[in-house]
Amino acid sequence: MLASERDQLKAEINKMAKKYDHHRSGLIPVLQLVQNVSRHISPEAMQDIAEAFKIHPVEVQGVVSFYSFLSTEKKGKFVIRLCRTISCDMAGKEAVANQLENELGIEFGETTTDGMFTLEFTNCLGMCDQGPAMLVNDDIHTKVTPEKVADIIESYRSRFGAHVIQGEHA
Amino acid sequence: MSKADKKLVIFSDIDVEKALKNALQKTRPDIIGEVRDSGLKGRGGAGFPTAVKWNLAAAAQGERKFVICNADEGEPGTFKDRVLLTDYAEQLVAGMVLAAYAVGAKDGIIYLRAEYTYLKKDLEATIEKMRGKKMLGKKILGKEGFDFDVHIHMGSGAYICGEETALIESLEGHRGEPRNRPPFPVTVGYLGCPSSVNNVETFITALHIVEKGAKWFKTFGTEKSTGTKLFSISGDCEKPGVYELPMGITIKKLLETVGGEDAKAVQVGGASGTCVPRKDFERVIAYEDVATGGSIIVFGPHRDMLEVAINFMEFFCEESCGQCTPCRLGTETLLEGLDMLDEGRCSLKYLRELCALGETMQLSSKCGLGQSAPNAFLSIIENFKSEIFDTRCSCR
Repeated sequence: MLASERDQLKAEINKMAKKYDHHRSGLIPVLQLVQNVSRHISPEAMQDIAEAFKIHPVEVQGVVSFYSFLSTEKKGKFVIRLCRTISCDMAGKEAVANQLENELGIEFGETTTDGMFTLEFTNCLGMCDQGPAMLVNDDIHTKVTPEKVADIIESYRSRFGAHVIQGEHA
Repeated sequence: MSKADKKLVIFSDIDVEKALKNALQKTRPDIIGEVRDSGLKGRGGAGFPTAVKWNLAAAAQGERKFVICNADEGEPGTFKDRVLLTDYAEQLVAGMVLAAYAVGAKDGIIYLRAEYTYLKKDLEATIEKMRGKKMLGKKILGKEGFDFDVHIHMGSGAYICGEETALIESLEGHRGEPRNRPPFPVTVGYLGCPSSVNNVETFITALHIVEKGAKWFKTFGTEKSTGTKLFSISGDCEKPGVYELPMGITIKKLLETVGGEDAKAVQVGGASGTCVPRKDFERVIAYEDVATGGSIIVFGPHRDMLEVAINFMEFFCEESCGQCTPCRLGTETLLEGLDMLDEGRCSLKYLRELCALGETMQLSSKCGLGQSAPNAFLSIIENFKSEIFDTRCSCR
C-alpha cells in the first residue's frame, strides 16, 4: 500500500469513526467501509482503526476474524458467495459450484490472478425457495444453473471499469 | 413464489397509519395487556411471550431504552423475514413504533444481516417516507412527548448474531459472542440500557393484534400457540415459498398445501430444529409439539438423510462462535462421527457415545446455538439409523 493511499484510507476511517463519536459501536461500520474500499482489512488499516477508537489493534483483529464478510486477505473485485446450505444443496448447488470453478479456473476459497473474482461458499442466503442461490457482492442471483454461470460472470466482467484493478493485484 | 392464498393475520389488510394512530390513543399498559391476552410468542423461534418481554423492558429503570429488530434471519431454510422486509417494511417499522411506545424507547435499530444488503436501500426509503408522514421522529402522529426514530445497522455475516445477546455484542462493535444471562437484554441490553429485541414477524403481528384485538387473533391457532405463523417452505415440494398458516397445523396437512405429500421426512425449525419422519406426520406444528421459527424443509423419498445430517453439522461447525467448549468441540466431534458413519466405519458403541455427547451439548452449551446444534443429528440418527447402516459399508 502506498503511503498516500494509507493516509487517504486513514482519513476515511477517522471521518466514519467521528460519526459515531469514536464510540466502539462504530467499529463494525468502519470495518465494513474499509472492506468495501480496499477489499480487505490490512494490518496497517487495523492499526489506524484501533487508533481511531482508542482500542488495542488485537481487539480489531478479533472482530475482523469473527465475521465472514470481513477479511484480512485481499478479495477480488467481485466476491461470489454460493449458498452451501441444505435447500440450495438439494437444488443442485454442487453442479453450479463445479461450473463456477471451471469458468473461473480457480477453486473455492481462491481469487483469480487478475484480482477480479473470489469464489466462496456461504451459509443460508434466505433464498431457499429459489435455490441454488448466490451473491455477487451485494447482488442476489437465484435459480442459478450451470449454464447460466458463464453469463453471470461475464455480466460482471464487462461492467464499466471492472478491469481497473487497484493495489497489489494489478 | 406463492404467498398465502388466504389472508389471515400477517397478510391481512391494515391501514398502517390509522392502526398506529389508534394505538397511540391507548395507554401503554393497555397495549401490553392486549398483546398479553393474545398469547403472542416470539416469532424468531425461541417462543418467548412478547408481552412479558415488553413489560420487563417497560418496567426496567433506564434513561435510554432501545427497541431492536432482529432481522438477522440466518436459520437454514428460513426466508419469511426477507419477504416481510421487502413487501411489508412499513408494517415492520410501525410495529417497532408501537413497541417503542409500549416500553418507552426513543431509539430503534434494525439489525439487518449482511446477506440482505440488497434490501437496505428500499428499507431506508420506507423509513424516510415514514418520517415524512410523521410516523417517525418527534411527536409521532401528534402524540405529545413521544419521539422515536429508527436506523439500520448492518451485520457482517454471522449466524450467531441472531441470538439476542450476540446481536447486542455485535451492535456494540464486538465479536458476536453470546453473553451470560441473566441479566437479560430487557434490563441490561445495548449500551447497558434496557432493550427489547424482537423478530421482524413479531413486530408486524403485534401491530395487527393491537389494531384488531387479541380475541380476533385467538380465533386462529391452538390454546397454547395462538394465531398464525409464517412458514418458509423449501426442499422437495411442488410449491415452495412463504405461507401463512394457523398454528397447530399437522405436518401432513402442511405437506398437502405445498405439494410434498410423498416426503419421507421434514425438518421443522431449520438446522437447529427436529427431523420428523413420515410415521410422525400427524404431529402438529406448535410450541407444545414441534416448534419452529418458520423453517420447513421437505425431504423427498430419494434423499439420503446422512448427507442431510452432515450438511447441518458442517453448518454448526462453521457458525459456532467458539466461546464455550461443549459447542466448539462437540460440533466438530459429531461431524467427525458423521463422516465415520458415511465411510462405514462407525461402531454402534461409538454412535451411542456420540448421542450421549449430543445430549451433553444440549444441557451444557452456553447459548441456543450449541444447545440445539445436536437436535438434527439426534433425530436423524434416531429415525434413520437402519437406513444409514444399510447404505454404508466400509468393506467395499
